[in-house]
Amino acid sequence: MSPRKSGAPAAISSRRRLIGLYAVVAIMLVALGGRLYYLQVMNTTAFTKLAAENQTRDVAVPAVRGQILDDTGASLVGNQTELVVSVDEMTLSQQSDGGVAVLNRLASLLHMQYPTLADKVRLCTATVPQPCWAGSPYDPIPVDTDVSDQIALQVMEEPKQYPGVTAQVQPVTEYPEPDGANPAQVLGYLQPITQGEMKAEHMTTVTGFSGEDLVGQAGLEAQYNIPLSGKPGTQTVTVNAAGDVTGTDGTTPAQTGDDLVTSINAQIQADTQNALNAAVGRSRAEGNNTNQGAAIVMTTTGRVVAMASYPDYDPSVWTGGISQKEYKYLDSPSHGAPLNDWATQGQYAPGSTFKITSTAAAVADGYSINGEYNCPGTVNIDGHSFANDGEPNLGDMSFAEALIQSCDTVYYDLAYDMYQTDDPRANDVTSTNAPTQKMQRMELDWGFGNPTGVDLPSESLGGVPTRSWLYSYYEDNAHKGQNWCKNGKEYGSYVQQIEWQDCQDGNVWEPGQAAIAAIGQGYVSVTPIQLANAYVALANGGTLYSPRIGEALVNPSTGKVAQWINPPVIRHLPVSGYTLSYMRNALAGVVTQGTAASAFGGFPLNKVCVGGKTGTAQLFGSNATSVFASFAPCNHPKYVVLVMVPDSGYGADVAAPAVRQIYDGIYGLEGHKAAVPNGQVPGSLPLISPTGGINPPAGYKKGS
Amino acid sequence: MLGRSGISYGPRGYSTPRSGIFSGRPQSLMSKAFARNGLLRHIDWLLVLVVCGLSALGILLVWSATSQNADPREYLKKQLLNVIIGFVLMIVVTFMDSRRLRSWVPAAYGLTVLALLAVLAIGKDVNGAKAWFDLPGGFQVEPSEFAKLALVLVTATILSKRGGARPGVKSLALALACAAPLLGLVAIEPALGVAMVLVVTVAAMIVLSGMRLRIIAVLVAGTAALIAFAGGLHLLKSYQLTRFTSFLHPAANQSSTGYNAAQAKIAIGSGGMFGQGLFHGQLITGNFVPAQQTDFIFTVAGEELGFVGAIVIVFLLGVVIVRALRIAARADDQFGMLVASGIAIWFAFQSFVNIGMTIGIMPITGLPLPFLSYGGSAVFADMIAIGLLQSVHRRHSLFE
Repeated sequence: MSPRKSGAPAAISSRRRLIGLYAVVAIMLVALGGRLYYLQVMNTTAFTKLAAENQTRDVAVPAVRGQILDDTGASLVGNQTELVVSVDEMTLSQQSDGGVAVLNRLASLLHMQYPTLADKVRLCTATVPQPCWAGSPYDPIPVDTDVSDQIALQVMEEPKQYPGVTAQVQPVTEYPEPDGANPAQVLGYLQPITQGEMKAEHMTTVTGFSGEDLVGQAGLEAQYNIPLSGKPGTQTVTVNAAGDVTGTDGTTPAQTGDDLVTSINAQIQADTQNALNAAVGRSRAEGNNTNQGAAIVMTTTGRVVAMASYPDYDPSVWTGGISQKEYKYLDSPSHGAPLNDWATQGQYAPGSTFKITSTAAAVADGYSINGEYNCPGTVNIDGHSFANDGEPNLGDMSFAEALIQSCDTVYYDLAYDMYQTDDPRANDVTSTNAPTQKMQRMELDWGFGNPTGVDLPSESLGGVPTRSWLYSYYEDNAHKGQNWCKNGKEYGSYVQQIEWQDCQDGNVWEPGQAAIAAIGQGYVSVTPIQLANAYVALANGGTLYSPRIGEALVNPSTGKVAQWINPPVIRHLPVSGYTLSYMRNALAGVVTQGTAASAFGGFPLNKVCVGGKTGTAQLFGSNATSVFASFAPCNHPKYVVLVMVPDSGYGADVAAPAVRQIYDGIYGLEGHKAAVPNGQVPGSLPLISPTGGINPPAGYKKGS
Repeated sequence: MLGRSGISYGPRGYSTPRSGIFSGRPQSLMSKAFARNGLLRHIDWLLVLVVCGLSALGILLVWSATSQNADPREYLKKQLLNVIIGFVLMIVVTFMDSRRLRSWVPAAYGLTVLALLAVLAIGKDVNGAKAWFDLPGGFQVEPSEFAKLALVLVTATILSKRGGARPGVKSLALALACAAPLLGLVAIEPALGVAMVLVVTVAAMIVLSGMRLRIIAVLVAGTAALIAFAGGLHLLKSYQLTRFTSFLHPAANQSSTGYNAAQAKIAIGSGGMFGQGLFHGQLITGNFVPAQQTDFIFTVAGEELGFVGAIVIVFLLGVVIVRALRIAARADDQFGMLVASGIAIWFAFQSFVNIGMTIGIMPITGLPLPFLSYGGSAVFADMIAIGLLQSVHRRHSLFE
């Protein structure tokens, strides 16, 4: 018998305690079984759902962005998809030889020299010159675009041979510049989306492409970003734990973005750009430092046919990521900051082109449109002398003559008269609620001092010196901003004296300010689009539109219009039809016998009668802003053409010849080829067929 | 059956010793082996059968878990080899006399301590723990797996007194002193899971040794005081604490250990009643569960074989443990009893913690599932333990 069986004390205790161990083991086994039943039988549905979520990822399928077309269907911005071979620098650098072997293989596959390829994938730094990759080292670096399917397949099928190399279908933005039209600032540009923008546009957070999605950041690309960008599709893929795709589970196809048909005519746009460039060139040839300018062609129905901003730039700099240096150049004021659309963002004194509102204001205040007004060489207002340019004394004259000769003293007097009858006690009211003066009320009615609402982002306001505006201006600059009270000196320089004076009573509306504002100087500033738009209202009989560049959004898959874009009416001017027609007739005289007569000398006015107003806004410390605002034909105006070049000289010398050149282009005068048959822009949209072809409207030729 | 057929031709004129009903004829090797005192007669065949079943299941699960690898059969082949070697070791140990075994214990213990020291010196750092070292020929050894065996043997040796006397304070002190290096070295690696197994095993063996309860009570009080002290000194590494706390809040720590726990639970839960089929588990083939061929092998069973498969595994492990306890209860000496029960505790605790961590009722620690997880050292240690059980069983059967 074994000792244990003999009943040794240890053995007895052990046996008893072993029974306890049986119990513990039983409890453990039951606990495991129970828990397994709970997980696998009772709750399996919930876990199956979790497992499915675990293993699928939604990948965004990028949508092809819509094109931006001119009024004949010519592409201003095209978006094509093409196969792009990209290299992931991070993966390359992890190769034992730093990726040299891979790049060598890739170079021969792409029929490229190795050094060329190596240069493309190196990262730009202070010491590395172009070509180099200016983007993030974590982004795939495109090394070859528009490759054949065969090359793409080879890259994708042999990942061991080409680690870090991918071939993907990518949207590529093109700027074909039909007829040489390059409205770079109007078109805007695309840049990768930011987190903030994704939130703002309520985009679903998706993995994969979304971080690379390009979003319109300026111009039409930004204004119409949502319809242009379409809707990305989703591809549900199954993945393993490492995130490697193992299969496809379902696809929602991407919806191509709508094409934006604009009222821009490529040929007229090109002519407008050339005319503006020539105007700036003329000014610079005279030794001026002109580095900005704007030219606008609008229909009298509120559509923009051409919009040029000087200086322009090549929009393809944005493709594939812009370098810091390029961006700095585009944003540099000394180079005219080409990034800005000066047609909507520039704010300049309108000069005598403003006299149409002053005339309308005087008539509204009871001065007879058919009356006679004195045009002395100088007038004395509130102890200051205000003179005509060159101080000619022209005697009594009609409003028509005052506009034709651009007599300033007539308007100084009118402004002073109106000032004295215009609730003078309100001039000292320093608050944003101060009542608006009669003259300035008319200016506001013509759309000045407020954005026109043109379909471009970041439009400037311009400035109309209402009492309320003056108060805000004073608040902004008396003790901060320009800080008149700190910088001003009673007996300092001219500027310091003015600042000192402004510090004392800059919030008080004074007679001199009223007088100078009546001829579009002083505190008055307008954007070129505001001025053009005001002349549209003058030309069409008083309807002030909110201008539109877009005409319609067209779904390229169906060829049907998704949305018409019509210039909304802001208001009808509080000016009688007679007064407007009177002023139009007077402005026709400007071209035949007035300030623009020499600029239009020899112009076939019998074929196309042009009416217009010169403006030469004097500015302290620089050359005058040269403006010519015009409409044609005189009797039933169809177009308004405006050229505005700051820091250049007389309106008649710089701007008016440019306007003449633009009319030459539109109508095919003076040896120019007509941009549009009979000077008529198309009245219907180009035909976009679902198969991809775009045909011009009947009777028109597509720009190329 | 060989022995029953044929006619007995005993030589005339010689008296042959009466040796059972099979006497009087030449005996084959098989019949000898199964004879009353034969080698094979005294083996717990149910235990062998269940271990065979578990090992075969383990090989299948390891294969399935690694079928998406570059070489889908690499682990299958290796685990097959591990199991074959394990069986050889099991057989060798089975036929060792359990009392002679006692004399081998000091050597085995010393060797294990040396190996644990070696792993600290030359071991490979994997996931922040030094638990393996390479042997020539591409083999790897994980000494901490053998530490469990060494602990069971050395503790059983010390706590089993001749004549069945209760072990006293001296034995207790000696047992703890011998356990301390094993525990300490394993904890330093750190292999916290193994350390837990060692602590639980040695504690349970002390209780089962028949030691007086008052001594045990003092020991428990002392240990509690020590734990409080260690807690105060923050001796646990931060990742160890994270593992323990993430078990309580799996969703809060989705990235690392909480991820393991969550994925394991999802895999098992999505298995349902009958599973998604071997080689067809979605999470398993997608490699969603980390360490799915080793510590998380049970998730493969849970997802691919479902509740039915999982319960079969729990049941088979339960049979091994109960068989071990039965062998302990019938052992003919305290040493055999303690060895068998020590192994039972080790298997029970390790199985419970391993399966429990995959289903979210236990913290995540690095412990393999006996017989099922991939790994040579673990399989060898498990098989040697079965061999020890058989050895104990054999002796008791011989003397019954």
